Amino acid sequence: MTGWLQQLGENGLNAFERTGRGHIFLFHVLRGIPEILLRPQLIIQQIYSVGVLSLIIILVSGLFVGMVLGLQGYTTLVDFGAEQSLGVMVALSLVRELGPVVAALLFAGRAGSALTAEIGLMKSTEQLSGMEMMAVDPIRRIITPRYIAGIISLPLLTAMFSAVGVIGGYLVGSGLLGVDEGAFWSQMQAKVDLQEDILNGVIKSIVFGAVVTWIAVFEGYDTTPTSEGVSMATTRTVVHSALAILGLDFILTALMFTDV
Amino acid sequence: MPLESNSNLIEIRGLKFSRGKREIFSGVDINIQRGKITAIMGPSGSGKTTLLRLIGGQLRPSSGTVIVDDANVHQLGHQQLYQLRKRMGMLFQSGALLTDLNVFDNVAFPLREHTRLPELLLRTLVLMKLESVGLRGARHLMPNELSGGMSRRVALARAIALDPMMVMYDEPFTGQDPISKGVLVKLIQTMNSALNHTSIIVSHDVDETASIADYIYVLSEGKIVEHGTPDALGKSQSQWVQQFMQGLPDGPVPFHFPAKQYIDDLMSGTEA
Ligand SMILES: Nc1ncnc2c1ncn2[C@@H]1O[C@H](COP(=O)(O)OP(=O)(O)OP(=O)(O)O)[C@@H](O)[C@H]1O
Ligand SMILES: [Mg+2]
Repeated sequence: MTGWLQQLGENGLNAFERTGRGHIFLFHVLRGIPEILLRPQLIIQQIYSVGVLSLIIILVSGLFVGMVLGLQGYTTLVDFGAEQSLGVMVALSLVRELGPVVAALLFAGRAGSALTAEIGLMKSTEQLSGMEMMAVDPIRRIITPRYIAGIISLPLLTAMFSAVGVIGGYLVGSGLLGVDEGAFWSQMQAKVDLQEDILNGVIKSIVFGAVVTWIAVFEGYDTTPTSEGVSMATTRTVVHSALAILGLDFILTALMFTDV
Repeated sequence: MPLESNSNLIEIRGLKFSRGKREIFSGVDINIQRGKITAIMGPSGSGKTTLLRLIGGQLRPSSGTVIVDDANVHQLGHQQLYQLRKRMGMLFQSGALLTDLNVFDNVAFPLREHTRLPELLLRTLVLMKLESVGLRGARHLMPNELSGGMSRRVALARAIALDPMMVMYDEPFTGQDPISKGVLVKLIQTMNSALNHTSIIVSHDVDETASIADYIYVLSEGKIVEHGTPDALGKSQSQWVQQFMQGLPDGPVPFHFPAKQYIDDLMSGTEA
């Protein structure tokens, strides 16, 4: 019994200590930003490997999510004779919720895990320590550009996810199920609000980008330098990111879309 | 006294360091003279790599001081420590090359990070460093296409890229064939005399090391057990030093990591 309690206490303390380390780490990463902005090619390289390489999975998933929304929305709306509003329904679902959340989940699985594994391996092969001895701060040179790239990439990927999703919804709704094309687009234009809907979605995706990339780079940097350590860190990145995304989504939605 | 203390580039005093409960150093004093080649020898696991990391400020001692070029390494701020490291070269035991850059870019890395040299000049410098380790022809290879000995030589070219005031070599001869060994010995010697480098060599290769070192420290079980010029050590009365220098299997030097009695261990059931 005491052994169990002791274990619980130890795990609790470890978790707190790790959280603390994570915040100090984030502080160091942010402090490197001014210096890195003077070397934009480092960020651009990372936007390529973090963002561009995630593009395919984002576009394909976006298309299918939009098509499913079109189908599901139509079967519900048609009962009320409101199938003309399909465009609004698809666009709002994507822009407010599904776009930011699903894109962030995919991003965590595709780019986040890759970042953790890359940085973890650099640590276990002493590349980071080698840099330190060459007087190059690995946090500023390696981590900061990746962090900025993550924050820039996810909102862009989310926008593309939502855009492709709307097209998917249109293809199914208008092409397959015969919703009036004019009504589909014009209602969407009229009802989707720039600030209320689009901007809030963008804010969500920026927050998700910052949190997912933070988790990914920290897990990589803090990994135990062994193969097992790297593999555990990669798993933790995906699991913790998913939980963080869903939890934060609830909080952000409550703040943004409820009038209290 | 200022003259006296100035002739030492590195002064280590009363250094203590532990990993968990195991004490790696229990009070070590070392002087490393400017412009000289100093060797640190000792059995595997005696803490030689750890000592280099303490000098480079990557690890913090539990007590004692490390002074490098009149600066106390462990009291420097982040900026000052990084300034100091620009003047220290270190050859890692594992090479520690950046795996996503080819040989050329690896050697160019510190130059690109710390200088604003035009590309043409940078190319000349990198090729000169690669030529000195015999790998100019391998500049397009990626680190995973190199043998262990070749990576070590690329790492050496990178360590000297910024023409540091001192270079710490962690096992420079391991994994080298007799010819490259000879070349490396010469290279270390030439750099030392021509550029007035200070060199610290960690090595098990007694003959090579003794042939170029000006001074040798022998580490064991957390202490310096002997120090002196190679000649003096060769004539040392200490059984320990004789055994180590001649590589004899029997004698006072422990080959084993500390453990309980062999027979007790074999008889103690299934405990891992
Ligand atoms: N990260 C670490 N965590 C815990 N203990 C470590 C760690 N690194 C090294 N040690 C311990 O510190 C001791 C000294 O290690 P070090 O690498 O300095 O030895 P060394 O003298 O360089 O050996 P070798 O000649 O084999 O390279 C070893 O006994 C090792 O078990
Ligand atoms: Mg070693």
